[in-house]
Amino acid sequence: MAELRALASIYRRLIGARIRAQLEYRFSAGLQLLGTALLTALDFVAIALIFANVPELGEWDVAEVALLYALATISFAFADLAIGHLDLFPQMIREGTFDQILVRPLPSLFQIVAADFAVRRVGKVLQGIAVLVFALVALDVDWTLGRVLAIPLAIVAGAVIYSAVWIALATVAFWIVDAIEVVNAFTYGGSFLAQYPLGIFARWLQGLVVFVVPLAFVAYFPALYVLGKDDALGLPEALRYASPAVAVATALVAGVVWRNAVGHYRSAGG
Amino acid sequence: MRLDWELARRGYRRYAAYPGATLAGLFTNVVFGFLIAYILLAVYEQTDVVGGYDVRDALAYVWISQGLFSVVAIFGPSWWELARRVQTGDVATDLQRPLDLQRTALAEDVGRAAYQLLWRAVPQFVLALLLFEITIPDEAARWLVFGVSVALAVLVSFGIRFLLNLSSFWLLDYRGPTLLAIGVTNLLSGMIVPLAFFPGSLGTIVRLTPFASMLQAPIDVYVGEPVGGSVGLVLALQLAWVLTLYAAGQLVLSAGTRKLVVQGG
Repeated sequence: MAELRALASIYRRLIGARIRAQLEYRFSAGLQLLGTALLTALDFVAIALIFANVPELGEWDVAEVALLYALATISFAFADLAIGHLDLFPQMIREGTFDQILVRPLPSLFQIVAADFAVRRVGKVLQGIAVLVFALVALDVDWTLGRVLAIPLAIVAGAVIYSAVWIALATVAFWIVDAIEVVNAFTYGGSFLAQYPLGIFARWLQGLVVFVVPLAFVAYFPALYVLGKDDALGLPEALRYASPAVAVATALVAGVVWRNAVGHYRSAGG
Repeated sequence: MRLDWELARRGYRRYAAYPGATLAGLFTNVVFGFLIAYILLAVYEQTDVVGGYDVRDALAYVWISQGLFSVVAIFGPSWWELARRVQTGDVATDLQRPLDLQRTALAEDVGRAAYQLLWRAVPQFVLALLLFEITIPDEAARWLVFGVSVALAVLVSFGIRFLLNLSSFWLLDYRGPTLLAIGVTNLLSGMIVPLAFFPGSLGTIVRLTPFASMLQAPIDVYVGEPVGGSVGLVLALQLAWVLTLYAAGQLVLSAGTRKLVVQGG
C-alpha cells in the first residue's frame, strides 16, 4: 500500500511537470487541443451524415448510437491520455533506450505510463462529453439509480479495458519493432467499432470483440443495459453487468503478458 | 527530367525499405475497410441508393478509399516532414541546392505514391474483389480515366501538403494547424463518409473543393457518378486544382524563403 502511494506521488510529480511544460506554450497547446477535439468530432459527423440518409442503423436510432459513441469515445480518450504515448514504445526498443528503464528501481510499465501526458488529448474527452450530453438530452430513458451509475462505471471500465488491450498488444514490439500499426488496427479500429451497434457487423467480428479482445464491454453491453434494448447477438443478459469484471480480468491478463514480454527483451545495445 | 526520375526512385525506395510497416499499414486499412463496409451495408438495408451510390458502388468506395488512403497520403509524415526541416533550420541546406525545392519534393512524392499504389492499394483492391460484390466497370475507357484521375489526385494531395508544410515559415508551431488540416481533409476528401452522403446541394459543393479532388473524384469516376454528370468536368476540375496549388506553392515558397529566419542559426 505504501508502495502504491509512493508510485502515485511520483506519477503526480512527473505528469505535473509534463503538463506545466506544455502549458508554457499556451496558444500552441490550445490550438492542438482544439485540433484534436475537431478531429475526434469527425467520427460523429460521419454518424450524423448516415442518419441524414436513414432513420436507424441496425435498429438503433441516432440518440442511441450517440450514447454508444459517447461511451466508446470518452473511455478511449481516457486510455489515450494515460497511455497513448505507448505509440513511441517501439522507438525505445529500436534505439535501445528501454535499457535505461530496466536499470531504474521502478516498475517498467509504470515508467512508460508516467513518461508523458499529452494535454491535447483532453480535447478528445471534451468532445466525447459533448456528445454524451446530446445523447442524454435526446434519449427517452426511464432513469433508475442503476442506469445513472452505469454510465460513469462503463467509462471507467472501458478505459481500463482499452488500456489493457493496448498494453498487451504493444508487447508485440518486443519481437517485431515495425508492427506498431497492427496494434493501431486493434486500438483505433476497436474504438471505431465500439461506436456502432454490434449487431451490424459480421459474426466473426462480433465473436472477436466479445470473446477475444473484449471491446464489446466498453460501450455495447453497458448501453444495452441503460437503454433496456434487446441484444441482436442473443447473448445472456448477465453480460450487460459484466464490464467491471471484464475490466479487472483484462488488466490482470495485460499485466502477465507485459511481465513475460519484458523477460524476453534483448537489448539492441543502445 | 532525369533528375526527377532519380528522385522519384529514391522516394519509392525510401518506403520500400520498410516492408514490415507496409504490411502493418495494409492490415490496418483492411480492418477499417471491413468495419466501414459493414456499417454501409447496414445503411443499405434501409435504402437502395444514396446520392447516386448503390450498395455495390458503396462497397467499391470503401475499398478504393482505404486503398488510396496511403497513396494520396490522407495521413502520414509527409504532412509535416518539410515543416520540421523548416523548424530545425535544415531547410537552409535544401535551399542552398541549385534545385527547385517544390519540384524535387514533388518528384520524391510521386515515387512515394507509386510505392503505396503498388503495395497497398492494389493488394487491397484484389482482396475486395475476392470478398465483396463491388462495382466493376466493364468499359476500358472508364478504367483509363480512373487511372488518370488517381494520378491527378496524387498531385492535388501533394499541392495541399506542400502548402501546409510551408506554413511553418510563419508559424513557430505547425502541429495545431496540421492537425486541423488533416481533420478537414479527412472529412472533405470523402475519407470518412462518401461525399454522396452529404445532403442535397451540399454534396455538390463539397465535391468542388481540392480535398474532394484528392480522393472522392477518382472514386466518383470509377463508379460512374462524376459530379455534374461529366467525367471530363471532373478531370478538368482536378487539373485546375493541380495547377492552382502548384502555382500557389511557388509563390508561398519564394515568400517564405525571403522571410526565412533559421531558428537556432
